[in-house]
Amino acid sequence: MNFTEEQLERYSRHIILQDVGVEGQIKLLESSILIIGTGGLGTPAAQFLAAVGVGKIGLVDADQVELSNLQRQVLHHTPDVGKLKVQSAKEKINSMNPDVEVKTYDYYLMSHNIKEVIREYDFVIDGTDNFPAKFLINDACVMEGKPLSHAGIIKFTGQTMTIVPEDDETPCYRCVFPEPPEPGVVPSCKEAGILGVMGGVIGTIQATEAIKYLLDKGELLTGTLLSYDALDMEFRKINLNCNDNCGVCSDDPEITELIDYEQGACEL
Amino acid sequence: MKIKVNGEEVEFETELTVSELLEKEDVEMPDMVSVELNGEILDRKDFATQVVEDGGQVEFLYFMGGGTGHELYRRTA
Ligand SMILES: [Zn+2]
Repeated sequence: MNFTEEQLERYSRHIILQDVGVEGQIKLLESSILIIGTGGLGTPAAQFLAAVGVGKIGLVDADQVELSNLQRQVLHHTPDVGKLKVQSAKEKINSMNPDVEVKTYDYYLMSHNIKEVIREYDFVIDGTDNFPAKFLINDACVMEGKPLSHAGIIKFTGQTMTIVPEDDETPCYRCVFPEPPEPGVVPSCKEAGILGVMGGVIGTIQATEAIKYLLDKGELLTGTLLSYDALDMEFRKINLNCNDNCGVCSDDPEITELIDYEQGACEL
Repeated sequence: MKIKVNGEEVEFETELTVSELLEKEDVEMPDMVSVELNGEILDRKDFATQVVEDGGQVEFLYFMGGGTGHELYRRTA
């Protein structure tokens, strides 16, 4: 492909950057990334992936923008309250960078539809807020051999890991967390709260991992859980190994079909 | 004996099980924690019997959602 004058200027800081250059920028423009959840993690990830010129971005979210989202979900603005989140995010991305094609999915991904959606993309970013989705996304990506950035955030802490299923040495989410928490173990359904910047830090790291994967540069957070504590301002890398008993990525996996876990009722 | 818990050195008079360690370390919601001992993720049902020996490296890894709190899930029938 040939760059237009405008593209040469828009991406000039990449083009002069060793390890990206013209070749890397073309790779980005020809790549596709699926972002599942356009909230605290998904919006900062989406805004940088759009800015850097990832050619196709898929956005998945069935929810509408609420006023309480605006404290942390940076692509949604005050006039967007009530609008579909994927629509709100798409408008901002279109205005930010016309090179990016945005495809929206305004429904929940479940066992019956997730595989066909992720197949269309080169890399998946998990920006969801709940465990059924996180396990479903992990399992689907492992089964489809699709690279994935997983993340979670709560209060003043966050964590993220990158999973590249085609690399046998890479543990998956289920290697670390074999099953969702058992019913009855969670003492309260009260919202824990979250500092507005947490998704900005972790979501931007997820975007960084996606870009590194696409460019094939640097060391990914594979076999590593990066844990961030904002109060102590401390990042820790925890080494993770493949779990021989993993339900989905071990040699003889117990789980061969996707599971739709359900959110249990609040007991308190 | 000395062990490392989430990267910090901790000292105990005697060896202890993972369940005891979760209690001693005041882990608020132990059922929301996955435990890695010397690089291996432990099976939850072994917490009560698995002993942490001198020099052991333990990581408590927390389930984290996306900021809406610790939800509760069950497997569908
Ligand atoms: Zn696994």
